[in-house]
Amino acid sequence: MAVVVTRSLTKVFKEGELGAVNNVNLETREGEFLVFLGPSGSGKTTLLRMIAGLETPTSGEILIGGRVVNDLSPRERRIAMVFQSYALYPHLSVYKNIAFPLKAQNVKKELHKAKVEWAASLLGIGALLDRKPRELSGGERQRVALARAIVREPAVFLLDEPLSNLDAKLRASAREELERFHRRVGTTTIYVTHDQVEAMAMGDRVMVLNKGVVRQLGTPTEVYDNPADTFVATFLGSPPMNLAELGDVIVGFRPEHFRPASSAAGDVVPFRLRVENIEYLGSEWIVSGTLAGGKLDAKKVFSRLSSAQNLSLGGAYDFAVPQRELKFFDRATEKRVEPKAVSWQ
Amino acid sequence: MAIARRKIKSIGAAQSPLLGAAMFSPAVLYILLLVAGPFFLAIFYAFSDARIGNTELHYVGLENFRSILHSPSFRVAIRNSLIFTICSQIVVIVGANILAIALEKPFRGRGFIRFLILLPWVAPIALGAIGWKWILDSIYSVISWVLVALHFYKPFNAPMWLGEPHLAIASVLLVHSWRLMPFSTVILLAGRTAIPKDIPEAAAVDGAGFWRTQLQIVIPMMRPILSVAVLFGLIFTFTDMTVVYILTAGGPFDSTQTLPSLAFALGIQGSDLAAGAAISLFLVPLLVLIAYFMLRVAHRAEVT
Repeated sequence: MAVVVTRSLTKVFKEGELGAVNNVNLETREGEFLVFLGPSGSGKTTLLRMIAGLETPTSGEILIGGRVVNDLSPRERRIAMVFQSYALYPHLSVYKNIAFPLKAQNVKKELHKAKVEWAASLLGIGALLDRKPRELSGGERQRVALARAIVREPAVFLLDEPLSNLDAKLRASAREELERFHRRVGTTTIYVTHDQVEAMAMGDRVMVLNKGVVRQLGTPTEVYDNPADTFVATFLGSPPMNLAELGDVIVGFRPEHFRPASSAAGDVVPFRLRVENIEYLGSEWIVSGTLAGGKLDAKKVFSRLSSAQNLSLGGAYDFAVPQRELKFFDRATEKRVEPKAVSWQ
Repeated sequence: MAIARRKIKSIGAAQSPLLGAAMFSPAVLYILLLVAGPFFLAIFYAFSDARIGNTELHYVGLENFRSILHSPSFRVAIRNSLIFTICSQIVVIVGANILAIALEKPFRGRGFIRFLILLPWVAPIALGAIGWKWILDSIYSVISWVLVALHFYKPFNAPMWLGEPHLAIASVLLVHSWRLMPFSTVILLAGRTAIPKDIPEAAAVDGAGFWRTQLQIVIPMMRPILSVAVLFGLIFTFTDMTVVYILTAGGPFDSTQTLPSLAFALGIQGSDLAAGAAISLFLVPLLVLIAYFMLRVAHRAEVT
């Protein structure tokens, strides 16, 4: 097992253009499940590929287990990577796919069978060893890719959106399986995704990236409850945090904290909401509309409620947000600032 | 709307058999006149004593086959055909793989180098062969000139590239390989680009070096496209007589004669149509066998 460290890691693909990854400083913890989260083009995959040794950094250092690995080839870094497409070798059986890293790293031939069977049983694919990748379902392929990654007992696992090729139903169970797998093997894992649900559910810590810059690194609760800037605030959460400009600050509040005034207690900020749309999502309701009156008149906002049966389209209702749930951001830098007194009217 | 559609459909249905046949007929005519016609004529001649300038024909049974099987030049021709075909394929596949690997990643001037490599394929084969005839000439050979200048040989004592049997065979082999290399390179380049980038990357992360990645992952994955390249190469070389005809005309002493060039020498130049026809018929079962075998390999690679 090992810790991955990057120091001022930068990748510029075309000279004169903005870097795909800019000055990333990062340190994983031993055995942690770290998620790189960001929209497409945020540089998360490039960052992972640099750690894997598939991409050469423009500047900066990468350390794995305390050793600078910039000049080492992927094979010398003792990493394992699972690709988005799984990249199974189509002409080889599942057994030979899993055994390939052992062969490539000159592990003694007598040990192959036991190791392949160990990895296969860990992922429950012992019965598929004679099949070719084409004959497997998406979920089975993913497990073969994981088995191929685990079989060499790597120092670090790198996973590049491994669930994005699965259908929604399978994705949930594969996610749970991955979590259990990580708990069992305990290897430091870096997981790249653009899916905030995956990131929140699986990550010990989440690193939010945008345009090649780290916006925030923290536990799922930290990045959700205490976003470092407006990008993180709106990228996480669905619907995103409501943001409103008030003087030199931007005030934000989560839809689930924006509730009918009757159910709010304590120190609250009152609003009047004109309901324009109501969505029923089974376990919850998403209500959207515009604020009426005050400085924020006509501002579009979302509310997430467990019940919205007493609201109707076109109606205006009293809503409120608890004072302590308000987040404040600087209007110029969009960075988080200390709570301030603002006038709403 | 429904009526209009039915009308269009009925017109189409009424016209399609005629139209289809009309569109199809040039291909059928072409095959009948230029492939099937000469083919059956050759079978007919092979069992006769047809000669150029002689209007009489007699059925002679297997006499032509018996006599060519006993002729030493025929045996040399068969041997040469096999040597040229098999050895040039080995040279071509190894060389084309190296070129394809070299040309896969972009670099400055790649387009120009690709163009240069394609030239031998685009240039008329006769032109290329004449160029090589000069390069390998007994007096004007640039290769000999270079070897003499480097003091490997004394002046006027350089090897006769086309004049000594073994060197002549090697020379013809070389020119065949040179001729086929571009075609195979282009096919293999296409095959390489069809492999997802992830696969060699996964192999690199799995710890495979360059050779293991190429030999155990990339090349096996290209098996269908490799078989296509080999199939075409085999048939092109096996049926070709231009290179031999221009470089050595089968000489010295019939030592570079191949089945097609021998058939031409005996049947057309030697006026013995029957013998020429019989020799060329020997090509047919071999070619059918090659084609069948290679198609099966290609098919199997596709299925598994």
